[in-house]
Amino acid sequence: MSVTLIGKHEKDARASRDAIVTALEEMMDADPSVCYVDCDLMGCLNTKGLWKKHPDRALQAGIAEANAAGVCAGLAATGKKVFLHSFGTFSSRRCYDQIYMSAAYAGLTVHVLGSDAGVTAAFNGGTHMPLEDAGMYMSIPNATVIDACDYDQLYSVMYGLIHTEGVTYTRFVRKDVTQIYAPGSQFEIGKGVVLHESDKDVCTVVASGILVDEALQAYEALQAQGVSIRVIDMFTWKPLDEALLVKAAAETGAIVTAENHNTCCGLGAAVASCLAKNHPTPLEFVGVQDRFGQVGPQDFLMDEYGLRAADIQAAVKKVIARK
Amino acid sequence: MKDLNVKELNVLAAQIRLETLKVIRSRGFGHVGGSVDLAELLAVLYGAAMRFDPKDPRWPDRDWLVLSKGHAGPAAYATFGLMGYYPIEEAYTLNHPHTRFPSHTDRLLTPGVDLTTGSLGQGASSAMGAALGNRLDGRDSRVYLVVGDGEADEGQVWEAFHFAAAHKLDNVVVFLDMNGYQLDGTTAEILDHGDLPGKVAAFGLYTQQVDGHDVAAIYHALEAAHAHKGSPSCIVLKTCKGKGATFAEASHAHSSSPNEEQWAEAILAAEQALEAARQA
Ligand SMILES: Cc1ncc(C[n+]2csc(CCOP(=O)(O)OP(=O)(O)O)c2C)c(N)n1
Repeated sequence: MSVTLIGKHEKDARASRDAIVTALEEMMDADPSVCYVDCDLMGCLNTKGLWKKHPDRALQAGIAEANAAGVCAGLAATGKKVFLHSFGTFSSRRCYDQIYMSAAYAGLTVHVLGSDAGVTAAFNGGTHMPLEDAGMYMSIPNATVIDACDYDQLYSVMYGLIHTEGVTYTRFVRKDVTQIYAPGSQFEIGKGVVLHESDKDVCTVVASGILVDEALQAYEALQAQGVSIRVIDMFTWKPLDEALLVKAAAETGAIVTAENHNTCCGLGAAVASCLAKNHPTPLEFVGVQDRFGQVGPQDFLMDEYGLRAADIQAAVKKVIARK
Repeated sequence: MKDLNVKELNVLAAQIRLETLKVIRSRGFGHVGGSVDLAELLAVLYGAAMRFDPKDPRWPDRDWLVLSKGHAGPAAYATFGLMGYYPIEEAYTLNHPHTRFPSHTDRLLTPGVDLTTGSLGQGASSAMGAALGNRLDGRDSRVYLVVGDGEADEGQVWEAFHFAAAHKLDNVVVFLDMNGYQLDGTTAEILDHGDLPGKVAAFGLYTQQVDGHDVAAIYHALEAAHAHKGSPSCIVLKTCKGKGATFAEASHAHSSSPNEEQWAEAILAAEQALEAARQA
């Protein structure tokens, strides 16, 4: 892992989905066993060029996600390295049993990509808002589950996935994402990234995805108030970096999780389970509190569901008081 | 059914198209193409065929509308507003915070919406359940189900057709909106259906095919569907995705983000079309 934090809270001019497109194109050019299956959402992922370039291996399965997932399992059984994309709702809920049985249970590797993570489904509304997708995939034995935060992380993760066995699920935001990392940053799947730490830390915020930038803003605000916190980008939800987490719990004595997902089955739940077993620690959960999604601009939804730096700050203060 | 009055239905269709555009304009962008292409169908359904009470949206004896291609919500919101379920201006809050008018039709939010849709394919099954339930209750209510041709990629659509035919749900009329386009392009290039109407017929639905922008043709096909007993019906609508929306009709775009000038031009054209229908 070699990571450079930018953390200026500025939007990246590059659309983060293009990290996937670039990596996919490089992989398909280099390796004739790499296949990519989409469900009538190539326009949304910006892969129509790939469809033209590799019409034999960049495939349209139509609006039929369950069938697409099964087809991917069959392709995998013939040695293909397969990526499957749809919106996060449909690449989880709409094809779950096919991924579960035909792929995971059958010992086959399929890399599933879910776009429009959580509230970033914004104007498509509640029917399209995946708030449990990663939780579903975390309940598949041996699956790998990623909540990526920006372009360079996604690009690096794509190359990690191609060497990962079993079912993987990567949720991401298509565009208008805050740049967290410098180009060339390299990540190791399963290893959390410590973004800020000192020996004065009184709490650790464990975040991922669009909540990483909120966590960094909370860090700065708390710093100004003389409160020092550790910040970890836990982009791999499964397998969880338990060693890093337990160390942070031991050294800072309090944890706040922050996720763009239902807290009952996502990052917070995974962190709680790990700490309960290994190092019981006061915990607070920032994220969607067991509610359905709804329609609206992303900014409104982040306020509505309490996904802001201010919510993280409040949770930090609350958890410290519980120490 | 009310007697056929072509002029009246054409005026209503033009109003629905204009209001659909205004509803989407209130957000600035959205699923224009697959919404405006339903104007004639909704005009015939709400202007002549359906039994409904805007004062009592859940009236048990009503006929049901299920837009399984839920992204056509704005066309339904325009229609319900014109029918008096709510002042149409309320629908000019499409996709705003706390709106009752989301992109995809939601039975908990919008008066007039009978079943929640958005994940394609699912409305087909729940529509059949509603038809079965009405039959169990001894009601003669009908269920009108709208399915997209791209949506027909979903196996669930065909499971629903199979179910409806096996259970002889002749209180269902399916409208298959065959505009030839889905999100990434044409249905032919994405996952070719071959003979789509033929496949529907092979599933046991009494299947007719009409020009989906011809209100009289839709009306007559509905009469025949109502008269047909013993199996569900399907009316395949040959439509133009984006029909009557100046910025979407040529491209058949799935979603559109026109600029102010394009919006103004489209609204003006739809107003002129309404005036022409009134003068006809
Ligand atoms: C299960 C599911 N997969 C994908 C989508 C995303 N999506 C919304 S509309 C659409 C294309 C629909 O095409 P069609 O049914 O032909 O509708 P129309 O062209 O009439 O608008 C897609 C892929 C969805 N809403 N649901």
